[in-house]
Amino acid sequence: MSVILSTGTGIAIGLLGLAMLLCAIRLVRGPSVADRVLALDTLYVNSLALLMTLGIRLAEPAFFDAALLIALLGFLATVALAKYRLQGDIID
Amino acid sequence: MTEFATTATDLVIATLLVGGASFALIGSIGLARFRDFYKRIHGPTKATTLGVGCALLASSIFFTRLQGSFSSRELLIAVFLFITAPISAHLLVKTALAEDPASSPPPQPAAAQDPSSTTASAVPSTGTSTVKAPTAG
Repeated sequence: MSVILSTGTGIAIGLLGLAMLLCAIRLVRGPSVADRVLALDTLYVNSLALLMTLGIRLAEPAFFDAALLIALLGFLATVALAKYRLQGDIID
Repeated sequence: MTEFATTATDLVIATLLVGGASFALIGSIGLARFRDFYKRIHGPTKATTLGVGCALLASSIFFTRLQGSFSSRELLIAVFLFITAPISAHLLVKTALAEDPASSPPPQPAAAQDPSSTTASAVPSTGTSTVKAPTAG
């Protein structure tokens, strides 16, 4: 691990942590349900980027599988929550 | 030469990572700071998707160098994310419109302007034609 890579991943992890904190603030404060679902959606996308950055920092390819799982389940959760608010039913 | 190539690749990876994280942070600032939901959904759906794309590209370059063979698995997440981000954004806007129908865009200006413009353009033409017809006849 070179100095350039460790510095770059450190800065990126800090920025992504700040971004996730902002999403959490919107998740708590959001006036409507759509705001909270949008905050949750952004939160999982940011956690995806954070996981890939950690995978580079630790040189561990296994983080990719966790990121793929989060991408699949996060999209399903967003669609399910939005359709529940839209129709009062998820599967019809 | 190999030392230089390694340093250059490190620089590219670090730049992509910091740039992608900055894009994600900008999108999240937009999510936290804008006043309206329809303004708020603008930030995450564009900036954050681009930020994750940059991070996935950096990861692909890094693991290609680490394993010696092309690492195409990151493209899987990138393609999936680029396909699903507009779908979830569309569903969220539909949800917000159903929750608050008063916030839907007003159809009155277009509907009011359309008949007035057609009548305004139709009246002089019919007027001139009705005026012209007696003078011709």
